[in-house]
Amino acid sequence: MGEASGAGLALALARDALALGPDDQRAWLWVQDKAALRLSGRPYRPGLPTPLRHRLIHVAAEKPEDALFALEEGLRCRDLAFVIGEIAGNPRALDFTASRRLSLAVEKHGVPLWLVRLDARRDLGSARMRWQVEAAPSPPPRWNPQAPGAASWRAELFRSHTFQPGQWTLRDDGLSLAADQPAIIDPTPGTPDHGDLVHAPGGRSLAAS
Amino acid sequence: MAIWCMHLAVDRWRLLEGCAPGQGPDAAPLALIAETAHGPRIDAANAAGLAAGAQPGMRLTDARALCPDLAVHPSDPAGDLAFLEKLALWAQRWGPWSALDPPDGLIVDATGVAHLFGGEAALLADARARLAARGLAARVALGPTAGAAWALAHFGRADDPKGGAILEAGPDLFDHLSMLPVAALRLDDDVLLLLRRLGLKRLGDLSGIARESLARRFRNRRAPAANPLVRLDQLLGLVPEPLLPVLGRPVPMVQRRLMEPIRHRPLLDRVVADLAADMARQLEGLGQGARRLELALWKVDGDVLLRRLELAAPTREAAHVCRLFAARLDDLDVGFGIELVRMAAPWTEPLALAQADLDAAAERHGTSLAACVDRLSVRLGPQAVRRPVPHASHLPERAQRWVPPLDPPGSQEEFAFHARPLKMLDRPEQIGVIYAAPDGLPRMFRWRGNIHEVARAEGPERIAPEWWRERSTTRLRDYYRIEDQAGRRYWIYRLGLPDDGRGGMPQWFLQGLCA
Repeated sequence: MGEASGAGLALALARDALALGPDDQRAWLWVQDKAALRLSGRPYRPGLPTPLRHRLIHVAAEKPEDALFALEEGLRCRDLAFVIGEIAGNPRALDFTASRRLSLAVEKHGVPLWLVRLDARRDLGSARMRWQVEAAPSPPPRWNPQAPGAASWRAELFRSHTFQPGQWTLRDDGLSLAADQPAIIDPTPGTPDHGDLVHAPGGRSLAAS
Repeated sequence: MAIWCMHLAVDRWRLLEGCAPGQGPDAAPLALIAETAHGPRIDAANAAGLAAGAQPGMRLTDARALCPDLAVHPSDPAGDLAFLEKLALWAQRWGPWSALDPPDGLIVDATGVAHLFGGEAALLADARARLAARGLAARVALGPTAGAAWALAHFGRADDPKGGAILEAGPDLFDHLSMLPVAALRLDDDVLLLLRRLGLKRLGDLSGIARESLARRFRNRRAPAANPLVRLDQLLGLVPEPLLPVLGRPVPMVQRRLMEPIRHRPLLDRVVADLAADMARQLEGLGQGARRLELALWKVDGDVLLRRLELAAPTREAAHVCRLFAARLDDLDVGFGIELVRMAAPWTEPLALAQADLDAAAERHGTSLAACVDRLSVRLGPQAVRRPVPHASHLPERAQRWVPPLDPPGSQEEFAFHARPLKMLDRPEQIGVIYAAPDGLPRMFRWRGNIHEVARAEGPERIAPEWWRERSTTRLRDYYRIEDQAGRRYWIYRLGLPDDGRGGMPQWFLQGLCA
């Protein structure tokens, strides 16, 4: 299971939505609970996008409750550019109330949050945009067609307050996100669920790009 | 004024034991020992031990042969030095500043001070009495220079009718000192040995030699402790001798004595809030911000509960401190109540006063980054909140280190690696592979129970082990960036080559996950 695809898309969405300029040197927070850490590993600085890598603050929370606490503290902090959370499964602590708390904190303080839920069912949540993401075969690079190319995701927007649900293939072409409608819209049966990508408000719309 | 604590280590041990000289455990022969490469060696011995034949510098086995019932105790040079620092601060009662003279001496600047004590003899008598009251065997001397005072304190004759410990400045200064041994010049052991071999035993012997000859003989000795001529000039005050004074820095501390012992949390929160406000005021006066805070709570039964707090950035915000302590006071067992609460800031850093901008504060709500990091570290532990920094290594797992989030950035340049995964597993996980050739790329692999087919791959990127810090049998790694049939991207490596002679067939590991 490509557990890094959710975090990868969250990072790409964050870069795309915030259009971080070189003068924005605020830190950003990446919160993981222990299960997510075991499932998908720890952020690796040399692999992060260059403008973001020196500003990462990583929080390894023991329990989902601690991770939610860290997320909320991060959202309340005015010196953070954005917050990325990774929580595995459907823990009891992350119910609709907790999700609503996070949404309200985002709306009040204006720090955007991307919450990645690994191996999770679609349960109740109050996020503004909710995505289901899995990895997609990448376009072949120009100089070595045998090599893996730029990261691509098959993303389904399944719940949104402001947009029509739909399915896109997203591609990170180094600077921004590119989207195109996939030709075939039938995920092969038996493909494991890669988790929901829950997009809380605060960013520019993706469908418009 | 020079103070020489003759038996500092033994006196300190005796004070810790709480016995008078020659009484209790001190009546039996005892030696303080240090472990060396050649076995335990005696650092100091008490009076009974010295009488039994144990000498400082002797091996413990030799001393045991002389005195089989010699008791031993480990010596504590670091503790002795800390004690000496405290003693130096205390000795500032006799002069405006004092300096350490390790391992067991002090220099106090008593220029123009003696009349406050009723004369120089009275000053020395006061010093002797107070040091004796602290249980320290010490010799005290006054001289016009630090070197002269030191020489008299260590080698002055105790049976001199004039006290033998006070030296007036004057043209005949050297005549008074000429009978002292050359060791009174504070020289190194090898220089003393050299002077003894040259037949120069007393200071007076040095004056019989032309100054040019001495200068030429020791021309390449720069350090004062290795050059008798420099030391002689310092002794006579012909060249200045800078000393490093000890400065006391009191720890900012506030406390509340409570009229009634408190047993309930709301009252304690009130007291902590008061203390935090007091501490903020005190730190503001000093222009400092606290990095570490200690809250000590004395219970009625004499127990002390201690809560320690570290802050990511210097702060003196009372509300922030209260909130952090509130998270640490939940598991408090107060028993019959708390009667004294004390807050101290052992570690402070300069924090300038800042103008509070009322409009901006109302507009920019939310916490600062330092406060956010503090709250996270207090609840999740300091190991949970960290920042990756580059480290000088090509091995992927060593190429980054984790440091506290607000540490200043290091000077390590970032390596220009080829392509690296977004995330890395804490430990590489072994995968079972099916390959066409043992030194080639696998066609399929099994990881965490799922079968992945390799659709596209890039590699190998060969990373050799760091031979300067690992064993010679460590195998190299060939990294491949692969994409499976569903488009998931991984970073896998083969450990070793089939015929490298460092083990059997190579194993495959999955280390990183790409976006």
